[in-house]
Amino acid sequence: MQNLIEAEHRTMVSKHKSSLLDYLKKYYFLYILLAPAVILTLIFKYGPMYGAIIAFKDFSPIKGIMGSEWVGLYNFEKFLSSPNFEVIFMNTLKLSFFGLILSFPIPILLALMLNQIRRAGVKKNIQLFLYAPNFISVVVVVGMLFIFLSPTGPINQFFTWLTGEPIMFMSRPEYFRSIYILSDIWTGAGWASIIYVAALANVDPELHNAANLDGANLLQRIRHIDLPTIRPIMAIVFILAAGGIMSIGFEKAYLMQTAMNLPTSEIIPTYVYKIGLQSGDYAYSAAVGLFNSIINIVLLVTVNFTVKKLNEGEGLY
Amino acid sequence: MPIKHSGLDRFIIVLNAIFLTLAVLIIVLPLIYVVIASFMDPSVLLSKGLSFNLSDWSLEGYIKILSNPAMIRGFGNSVLYSVSFAMITVLVSICAGYALSDDRLKGKGFFMTLFIITMFFGGGLIPTYLLVKNLGLLDTVWAVIIPGAVNVWNIILSRTFFKGVPNEMKEAANVDGASEMRIFFSVVLPLSKPIVFVLALYAFVGQWNSYFDAMIYLDNPNLHPLQLVLRSILIQNQVDPGMISDQLAMAEMKRLSEIIKYAAIVVSSLPLIVMYPFFQKYFEKGVMVGSLK
Repeated sequence: MQNLIEAEHRTMVSKHKSSLLDYLKKYYFLYILLAPAVILTLIFKYGPMYGAIIAFKDFSPIKGIMGSEWVGLYNFEKFLSSPNFEVIFMNTLKLSFFGLILSFPIPILLALMLNQIRRAGVKKNIQLFLYAPNFISVVVVVGMLFIFLSPTGPINQFFTWLTGEPIMFMSRPEYFRSIYILSDIWTGAGWASIIYVAALANVDPELHNAANLDGANLLQRIRHIDLPTIRPIMAIVFILAAGGIMSIGFEKAYLMQTAMNLPTSEIIPTYVYKIGLQSGDYAYSAAVGLFNSIINIVLLVTVNFTVKKLNEGEGLY
Repeated sequence: MPIKHSGLDRFIIVLNAIFLTLAVLIIVLPLIYVVIASFMDPSVLLSKGLSFNLSDWSLEGYIKILSNPAMIRGFGNSVLYSVSFAMITVLVSICAGYALSDDRLKGKGFFMTLFIITMFFGGGLIPTYLLVKNLGLLDTVWAVIIPGAVNVWNIILSRTFFKGVPNEMKEAANVDGASEMRIFFSVVLPLSKPIVFVLALYAFVGQWNSYFDAMIYLDNPNLHPLQLVLRSILIQNQVDPGMISDQLAMAEMKRLSEIIKYAAIVVSSLPLIVMYPFFQKYFEKGVMVGSLK
């Protein structure tokens, strides 16, 4: 009896083994295809996640990640209690928050307006122009800002004519956010309207005809037909934007910084770059970066939860 | 049946046209200004601003910018980085996307989770920098090409694409006794031109327009891409002394710096602006496929 069970067991194991072997023999190629992406992800995405533990250490490059001593939350406390913390944190929050509030509605408006254009050729040409700034690099956009807003630039020629003296746009802290957000809208709003435009193009024209017969005017049709169509997309776009509110990009703010506008233009990513790569305080800077990513995740989850509640169960995930 | 418009409707339609025209003007006017300014005579530009008198025009800005070795080198580097980045990204994403679209792949959920986590969480700037440094990639071309080569969005995009490829085609090839490798190379790849094109365009444009990775990873000015060269000209106001004849440097620099900036903007944006209208529908397609999830 015992032998019988053992024998059966043995055949089962060998059967199992051979089926796995057969499977691999047949489909190993799929894993070869997947391998480069997995390896690169493990190295360049998960590697830094492991490296992020230097935020909890007194890191010295000579001792390495493992060799350096643990210091617990020291680096986080250092940031939270530093005199810079409040300014930098609020700068980051305000820049993203106002950016989100001001940038969010514009693409929707553009799409609703484009949707009224009945002539396909005209619509296409307008779109060509509206999308174009998306392909201009950050360096060029900021370069144009510096040229146009310089004390002798074209915009200040107007102000000088009007008031007798130029406005120092790029060196006055109070203008930084407005310039940043308005130029963001200039670059991105057209492009962001694409998915709304596409959704609106799918609305059955019969709906509009029927509503028109019932006496609905244009605004009523936009409100009761067009807007409900794009509402789910609005929710998703909003969640993604609100969730990413603390992950505002480094690239543009850094380029726009001048010594004079730092009181409003210093944000967490530029601060991380400066203390980390320019001053070499790796551990502290990694802690600031990690602090930022954690806030981000909390935000994303919270916003998704809220929108789900408001939007009858339709969230991102 | 045409829609009947009331008086209010017609008013709104007119208002709509006006607003859209305004939007187009707001976008186009700065660009036109830059293009015209780049053709101006530098002295006229400084003293009078734009002029539509042809005798006030000159090619001085373009001559200076195109005779600047840093600019030419940057242009060449950017072409090299953008093309190779696009090739690697597309290859990695297409392969992974295809494998993940196949239901016979075991552990698919595990791999998807592995990728998706990286969309929401990352190690941050400093640990990434230290990793690149420890791998010995600093000051090499690889530093700007490899770390960003895996992009979860691209993998999801290509997976979505391959899910749309009818299974019967693969099965037919399978019946004929073709190996998985044969099926991938001779049946699937030829079908995937649209997705390859969309991904390559996005990767090319993204790399062409970025300066950040190059700034932190590349110290050697010979390796600098166009955007870093532009940054020093446009934002740090450093006009390469080689561009200006040595004597009278200050006065000459003042006279020329504006026009050089305008010409630099035009030259660097030209490749994308020229190709963009032809590829517009592919770019839009990329946005749409991405939003399907």
